[in-house]
Formats: sequence, C-alpha cells, structure tokens
Amino acid sequence: MSLASETQLETLAPHRPGGKFARSIGGAVLRILLPVLLALVVGGIILLALGKSPFAYYSYVLERGLFNWIGFQATLTRMVPLLLMAAGLIVAFRAGIWNLGGDGQFLLAAVVTAALAPALIQVMPRSLMIVCCIVASVAVGAIWALLPALLKARYGVNEIITSLMMSFLGISFANVLVKLVFRDPTTTVPQTPDLPVEDRLPRLFDTTVHAGILIALAVIVLVHLMMTRTAFGLKLQIVGANPRAAVHAGLNVAWLTVATFALSAGLIGMAGSVEILGVWGTVRADWNPAYGMIVVPLVFLARFNGIGVIGFTLFFAVLMIGGESAARRIGVPQHYVLVLVALLLLFLALVEYLDQRWRKRVKD
Amino acid sequence: MVHETPMGRREAVPAIAVAGITKRYPGVVANDNVSLEFYPGEIHVLLGENGAGKSTLIAMLAGMQQPDSGEILLQGRAVRLGSPRTSLDHGIGTVFQHVLLVPSLTVIENLMLGGPWWQRLRKAPALARFQELSALLGVSIDPDAQVGRLSLGQQQQVEIMRALWRGEQVLILDEPTSMLTPQGVRDLGEVLKRLREKGVAIILITHKMQEAHSFGDRISVLRLGRFVGAIEPAQLSRMSQAEVTDKVIQLMFGSSDRGSAEVAALIGDHRNTAPIDMTQAPRLIVRHLSTSAERGECPVRDVSFDLRPGEILGIAGIDGNGQKHLAEVLAGQRPVAEGEIVINGEDVTDRGVEARRRLGLRYITDERLGEGTVGSFSVATNLVLKEIGRPPLWHKGLTLWDKVHLHAREQIRQHDIRTPSERTPIGKLSGGNIQKALLARELTENAGIVIFNKPTYGLDLYNIRLARERIRESAGRGLATIVISTELDELLELADRIGVMFQGRLIGIVDNAPNAERQIGLLMTGVTPA
Amino acid sequence: MDVLLTQSFLTSLIFGAVTAGMPLLLAGLGEQISEKAGVLNIGIEGMMLFGAYCGFVAAYYSDSFWLGYLCGGLGGMVVAGLVALLCIRLGLNQIVIGISLTIGFEGLTALLHYVQFSKTYPRLSPAPILAIPGLADVPVLGRALFAHNPLVYLAVILTFFLGWLFRKSYVGLNLESAGSKPAALDAAGVSVLATRSAAVLTTGFLAGVGGAYMANVGAGLFVPFMTNGAGFIGIVLAMLARGRPVWVLFGAALFGISLAMTTALQVAGINIPTDVVQMLPFAMVMLVLVIFARHSVLPPALGLPYVRGER
Repeated sequence: MSLASETQLETLAPHRPGGKFARSIGGAVLRILLPVLLALVVGGIILLALGKSPFAYYSYVLERGLFNWIGFQATLTRMVPLLLMAAGLIVAFRAGIWNLGGDGQFLLAAVVTAALAPALIQVMPRSLMIVCCIVASVAVGAIWALLPALLKARYGVNEIITSLMMSFLGISFANVLVKLVFRDPTTTVPQTPDLPVEDRLPRLFDTTVHAGILIALAVIVLVHLMMTRTAFGLKLQIVGANPRAAVHAGLNVAWLTVATFALSAGLIGMAGSVEILGVWGTVRADWNPAYGMIVVPLVFLARFNGIGVIGFTLFFAVLMIGGESAARRIGVPQHYVLVLVALLLLFLALVEYLDQRWRKRVKD
Repeated sequence: MVHETPMGRREAVPAIAVAGITKRYPGVVANDNVSLEFYPGEIHVLLGENGAGKSTLIAMLAGMQQPDSGEILLQGRAVRLGSPRTSLDHGIGTVFQHVLLVPSLTVIENLMLGGPWWQRLRKAPALARFQELSALLGVSIDPDAQVGRLSLGQQQQVEIMRALWRGEQVLILDEPTSMLTPQGVRDLGEVLKRLREKGVAIILITHKMQEAHSFGDRISVLRLGRFVGAIEPAQLSRMSQAEVTDKVIQLMFGSSDRGSAEVAALIGDHRNTAPIDMTQAPRLIVRHLSTSAERGECPVRDVSFDLRPGEILGIAGIDGNGQKHLAEVLAGQRPVAEGEIVINGEDVTDRGVEARRRLGLRYITDERLGEGTVGSFSVATNLVLKEIGRPPLWHKGLTLWDKVHLHAREQIRQHDIRTPSERTPIGKLSGGNIQKALLARELTENAGIVIFNKPTYGLDLYNIRLARERIRESAGRGLATIVISTELDELLELADRIGVMFQGRLIGIVDNAPNAERQIGLLMTGVTPA
Repeated sequence: MDVLLTQSFLTSLIFGAVTAGMPLLLAGLGEQISEKAGVLNIGIEGMMLFGAYCGFVAAYYSDSFWLGYLCGGLGGMVVAGLVALLCIRLGLNQIVIGISLTIGFEGLTALLHYVQFSKTYPRLSPAPILAIPGLADVPVLGRALFAHNPLVYLAVILTFFLGWLFRKSYVGLNLESAGSKPAALDAAGVSVLATRSAAVLTTGFLAGVGGAYMANVGAGLFVPFMTNGAGFIGIVLAMLARGRPVWVLFGAALFGISLAMTTALQVAGINIPTDVVQMLPFAMVMLVLVIFARHSVLPPALGLPYVRGER
C-alpha cells in the first residue's frame, strides 16, 4: 500500500525494464533519504527547543547503537522481535488487513513461552523445548486473532477496532496470567519462573547476540519469498488490492482473510516467544515493550518490501538502543524516538505525494 | 446576428457559448478547439460516440473541470466557472448520467443541500420552490419520500429540479435516457418540451442517433474531441431519422456510405443470424433461480431458461432489474437462494466459481477495473488471475514467473493488446485494451459457456466493433453465449433470442424477429404478453 | 455481597463512572461527527492526548479549569489540523497518518512532560464542582450524578444538541452527504473538503477537551500516555451508535461503569485484581460487537478520499 492513496499497491514485477534501472534506483534512494533527512532536521529543531544539542544526540546514538561493539550487539538483539513483527505486519497489510493487535498477541505469546519453557526444560532437551515453545506461542497469537478475523471475514466488521480491543484485552489478560496463574512463588517481584541462561537460545559465536536473529532473518526472507513467488502470496495480495476482483477470480476470500490474519498474529507470537527465549527468560508483571505500534511505520517506510524491512529495522534498532543510552547520559528521554519515527513517516508520505504530483505533471 | 429558435423567437445572444475550448488529459486530447453556441428555448444535442469529448465539455460547463485554453461565455461575457457552485449560481444546472442524490435523505432534503450552512433547515421556502418546479415540469413526487426508494425516472426528475433550483437559464443533461423505460423516455420528452417553451437553453448529450432526432432542435456532432459539423434547426425539422443518420455519418466520416463496419457499430444495423439447432441438448439449464437481496439491490426471482451451444441469448432490461445478480449467481460469485443451475448435465448449484470455470463457464464482468482486474498488477498477472495455483504456470504452489510472462507475451501478440510491456500495470491501459485482455483471458480453448455483461460499455467505435465481432465469432464456434446489455440495438444485432429482465424476473423471451423491438419495449415496462 | 449495595459504594461507583465516561463521551461524539462525514479518525487518540497535555499546562499555570478546557480543545485541533491537511486535502492514507500522529504526539507530550514536570509531578487542586440545587440532594444518585464539574452538564446538553443538529440543520445534511455520497454534495455546490475538514477539526476540539477533562478533573495531573486507548474506545462508541448521539451517551456510561469498577471495588474492600477488572470494558466491547456484528453500520464513503471528477 502506498501512502499517497488507499488502493494502490506496488506491482509484482521483480525488476524494472531496461535503461530506466539506474534512474529508478537513484530516484528510490532519494525518495527514502529525503524524508529521513527532513525528519532528522525537524527532530533536531525540537531537541534544540528543549535545550539539547541535536548533534550531540545523533552522534551519541550512532556511536552507541552502531559503532560501539557492545551497543551493536544490543542493536542486533533488538532487531529480532522487530523483524518478526514486521514480517507479521507485511503479511497482514498486503492482504488489506489492518492487524493492529500486535501488542496483545506479542505479550500473550511471550507469557505462554515464559510459562512453558521452565517446565518443559525439565523433561526434554533444549532444542526440542525451544521448538515446542515457539509452536505454542505461534498458536496462541493466531488464536488471539481468530475473533477479529472471523468477525471481519463473516460480517465485515472493521478489524482496526476489533484487533485494538483484543490487544488491550490481551495485555490485561497477560498480566493476570503473570500475576496470578504462572507466578513464581519464590520471587518478591511478580514474574513467571525464570528460565536459566544456559537453557535459553544459544549465543552466536562469542557475541551476546542470540540465535533468534537467524530465525528472524530466515522468517523475513521466507515471507518475502512467499509474497513474491507463491500462489498463496499472490492470492492474499489480490484480496488486499481488490477484494471484488478476488471474488470474481474465484478466491475464497473468507478463508484467505482468516488464514492471513492467523499467520500474521502467529508471526507476532513468534516474536514474543523468541524474545523470552533469547533475552529475558521471564515475563515480569506489567512488562510491555509495546513494539506493536512502532513496527507499523517501519513496515510502511520499507514499502512492505522484505529486504527493505531489514534495513529499516536496523535503523530503528540503532535509534532505540542508542536512544536508551542517550536517555541515561544526555538526558533526552526515550520518547524522542517516537517523535522521530512519526516525523519520518509523515515526511515519507509527503515526499511520496509530491513525487506522484511531479510525475503527473511531467507526463502531461 | 439574430438566431431564430424553434419557438419562433429571435435571440441575439446565446445563453451560453464555448469558444476555442481545449482540454487535455494524460495521453489524450479530450476537447480540441471546440466552439459551440447554445440558445435559449432550443434543445441543442451534442452527438458523438463514446470518447468524443462530450462529457468533458459539459464537466467544464458544470464547473467541475477547467479548460486548458479557450473561453466560456455567458450572455456574451467571458466567465470562469471555477466550481460547481459558481455554475449553479449562474443558473447552469447539470443532470449527470449517474444519479447524484443522497439515497438516505428525502427528496426535499436533497433539494435543500447547498443551503446556508449556519442555519437550521427551513422547509417552507424549499417546498414552495418545489411546488413551483413541479408545476413547471409537470411532475408529481412526494417531497418527503426517501430518494433511495424512488424509481430511477423519478430520481431523474428530482435531479432536473435540483439543476433548475437556483435558476433556469441553462439545463444540461448527460445521456439522460440510459436508465429509463420507454415510457420514462416519453415523460422526459414532455418535460423538456415544457422547459423549452419557457425559454430554457437545453443541452442534451447522447450517443444515440434516435434520441438526437426525436429530442433535438439542433444537432452538433463531435468526433475524437473535435467539432465536425452541425445540423441546423431549419434543416433538422424537415429530415427523417434515416436522413439524419446519413448526414451525421457524412459529417463524421466524410461519406454517407452506410456499409462500413464502423458505421454499422454506430447505427446498429440489424443482422440476421442463422437459426440455431434446437435439437441439441442445452449446455446450460437454469430452473427457478432466485437470489437474496441486500438493501438497494434487485435480486433474481424465479428465473428459468435453457441455453444451447452456438446460441446467443440476449438479456435486455433497464439497469437495476436483477441483471447483475443474474450474472453473479450464474458465475458462482453469489450463492443460490433457490432453484438450480445445471451445466452439461451436472448440477453446479452449490459449486463455486472455480468449479464452474472448470466446466467451461466464463464470466466477463461489466466493471473492468472494479472487479475484472487488479489495476495495479501487471497485465501478465491479470491474464492469469483466475488460474492461480494451477499447472502449468504454477508448480506445487510456486509461481513460475518466466512462464507467466511468456504466456502473457503470447496473448498480447495474439489479441493485439496495446501495452508497453506485459509487466505494465493493467490500470494504465485504455478501456478497449483492458477489454481485449479480459476477452483473451476468458475466451480460452475450453470455454463452453460465456456470460458477457455490458461488453461494449464505455468503448470507442473501433473496440465496440471488435468486441461484437468476437462475440459473434465465438458463438459461431459453438460457444453458448449470454449477452447482458442495456443497449437494445446491440442485442438486436447479436442475439438469437432476447429475454427481458424486469424486477428480477425474466418476464419473456422473444425470438429476434422483425417485430422483436416492439415486443421487448412492452416487456421492459413490465407488461407481460397475454 | 451486601457491601456492593451500600450507598457509599454505589455513589462512588456512579460518580466515578461519570468521571471516567466523560472523556469517552466527548471523544465518541467527536468521532461520530467525523464518521458521519466519511472520515475514519484513527488519530483521535493523539488528539485526546495532546489535549490532555495542553489542558493540564494551561490549567496549571492559570488556575482556571475553563482555560484548561479551551486550551485542551485547541491542542486537539492542532492534531486535527494535520489530519485535515494531510488526509483530507492531500488525500494521504488515513490510517497510516492517524497512527503516525498518535505515536508522534505520544512521544512529544511525554518529552515535554519530562522536561517540565518529571521532577516535580505537580497536581492540580481538585476540580470545582457545581451541584445542581435540589437534584444533588437526592439520596445515592444525587451526589453521584448532579454534583459534577459543569463540563459534564455541558456535555450532556451537547449530546442532545448534536442529535438535533444531525437531523434538523444544513450542517447535518452536509455531513450526511459527505459521508454517504460526496459527489452529490459536490454537485450541489458545497465543498466536500471543507465539510470534512470542519468535521475533523470539531472532532479534534471535542477530543482535546475530553483529554483535558481526563487530566484535570479525572486525574488532577498529566501522565505520559495517560489516555491509554480512550480515543480508540471513542471510535468504537461512534461505530456502535449508528449515527445517534444518545447511544454514544449510553455507551460511554456503560464503559464508565466498568472503568470505575476498580476503584469502587477497592473502596468497598473487595479484592478483585485490577487487571481482571481492566479487562471488563474491552471484553464488553467485543461481546457487543459479536452480538451486533451484522448491524454495525458505517457510512459508505468512510475512509475514501474525495477527488472530484474521478470515475
């Protein structure tokens, strides 16, 4: 979906014909760089207004998030849930399904993994436990999306609202599970029983980055391939681009809606699971990293392209890790990242709109 | 210069005129240096085929678009009609082809739209004006009726009132009769005559020769954006319809040769088709078919017919009498509420689109971009839209893109689809080429039954001819064909038998014999023959 | 169980319900105006939040609650102005812009709060109450319903006013047309863009006032992200109300009761976990949606940008 209109979607053509290739690459780069630049500048002005130096902030973020080895590892680690959630959103948005229930799906799935893992590790080897937990979490995420999916498929009820409501419901429910059902009786702070570090996802080589990054990258690539090279991917894109044409073409729109919604929520559930298995080992009460909302702009900025998503996820992760550091050292709170992300998306929409207008004028 | 109107008055200045108007859209010149004058008390017909530039011209008179160059003159003075409000304020009212009333509001509420927004509704003055216009037009409608419940003819009358609400200088009507019954057309004629007597300058857009002749005082002919000639009132009043036809053809094509195929498409020559072998088993049997309706839609009610190979069954009727439901339920897009559908002896009542397709059923929808294709997808993808997942272009669920594109290139070459490449988004193609793509997609080797819904809607002459030829040709090859159309001429040209849809029922099937037109006209008003 | 039926419990519950339901009422009414005109205002959450912040700051520095409401409304209008410009004028995707604005203003208000108040966390003095003479003395209900900040009474009056407006004014006609058949409105000479923009700005104002009420009266202070989905609930209320403002009032009241349950139960000494109670309103919405799935009516032109002359 482009930002400049409700109904357009990019063509499936794997590459553009002939000589326009170079120009289109240059144009594409400019269309992405320009909004980034504008966002950084306007964001910088806001920083100035708050009495902080933009240069100090940006350079610190870059330095801590990207150029510092410890920070970079943290960045890669942060990329894992973002990539998986982005994969989930790409699947949904391309099918015209606004799955905004990511936070609830993520959290519930995380809690289920956090509850299962310490129990399963007693009776099975780590690799099997990991697989079981991920499968369970994917299922939980998918189940949590069933109600909105069915309401949409059967009655056409707007899924924006239903998925949002289920999200709030899911967050509270997850808290109930943590505080009452799966609570570790031995700790003072309410949380699920801890999964010891040696039972979590293995670290890669000598780094602090866990194997989840490999899972996430693989999933993104698989989703990309699914969208561009399978019949299923094509079908769900038709549903998203023109639901009436989908009916006309004989596609089972109701089934595709439910399947896509479930797949999307399942991937988001996977994100929750991997995050627990790789980083935290437990879910504390009232924990909610709230990645759900912030991945939405990410996916749009990357124009729903699986490969572009990797680039933007890296960018976002650097911002978040660097930003967390900057919050402590420079005194610019983490919330600034939200502002920056919003500015990015707004400028992207504007640049795209201007670009389309410019193109139309050139044609005449 | 003094101009004598049909009513015998002498007018010096046209009520409205366009001088040297040019308007361009991407890829096409819609109006090319057009100059026309419209006098009060005269019905001035703009005649031309689809794509001649008529609608663009009146869009500018209605204030919805701006000319790239040229002027619009009101009573001789140049004006700029920057918005619909400006046009309305100048007394220029437009009735568009598709009803622009809010269905959920009442008649009087629709007419009050545009009133001073800071006030509360005051019905009394509006009702007074309503009575005034009702008397002027000679119609009677309940002002508190909800518009969505009125007949299309009545809705059009409300539209005319709205057009004249703020002033009765100029009335523009765009293809006003396409949605009307023959009686409705006659009623409209009466209304227009009354308005003409009152001195309103009436501009009527049409592509139908017969309408131009029966309504018009003056006919201006447009072709490909240009003004190619006019028939003055003095001449027109003395000409028969055949003479008018000849003259128009002469203006358009430079000769009065009625034999050329393009001309035939314009005037709809009646062709005689070879008789169908009725001893063959019907390929499609429909019995007591009914669908369920949602609000505002007309369902199919108890429809039954047979269809034999090589036969063309025309479905006539005013839009909105169940044709869309019929097409959709036959194709499998809409569930059957009652009745049965049998293809080649197999009961497909509960089977979906894909299953029916495999038995040879094809459906070419009237909404090419809205339903038939995905505009942002490539031509290649659209050409295989209904085959997704199936061999040989798909292998175990994986798309073999090279084969898809190869297949597309073949089709493009074979069917002369004009497109920069098979990867071009199909939405960028012209209507005619999209239709060619649809025909290529549907009329495949193993097609057995084809349903065409308004196959030539919105196309130019060339593509109309092409489409009709394809229909005839595939029927000749043995395809059992249904053609749904609101253009009676088209059905009289193509069909062996013609059925009429009225309020969801197929109230009569008539052989395409010389007196068919009269019978069909009766049926369209709901009169079932004894 | 008897403790649930004591006067103090009921009074505090109903009082709390009104206080909690007010922002929802205003958001819902505002959203209803937008939806009638064919605009799906996802950004309403951002409008409420920015309104909460502006309202709090204004009330804090001026000691005037009315100024707080006004500034809250203006703050909401700022966000709405962006929606009007980007989505209505330029035709950009409403959902993406709405989410971006919500995220952006969440971040911005949190940022501003950090800079200004994170060290001090100031509170406002309790909001002034206008007790309606006579009615306020009715047992149980009197103190609960008729002794509130005057904005509450205004909001109820607004509800009925909007009902009248929708049916008996030109504005109502314009909104209805803009939402169900914008081409008809355009042909009648009324600017669809102007109508929709006006609707969105009004929504922004109402949502902003609702946010200000939430901060100043409901909580007495501003906390980042404090609206916590109230704007989205407003969207739900508007969708379920099917064009009748009175239904928004009922919905807001129901919601208010479930939101106020937590504190009321604590007051009564019943120990149901907060999280369980917090699930109530959302579970209720889902239940209603499931039951009324077939009847949820949205105007046909909702969410589609209007471009003149596009066929």
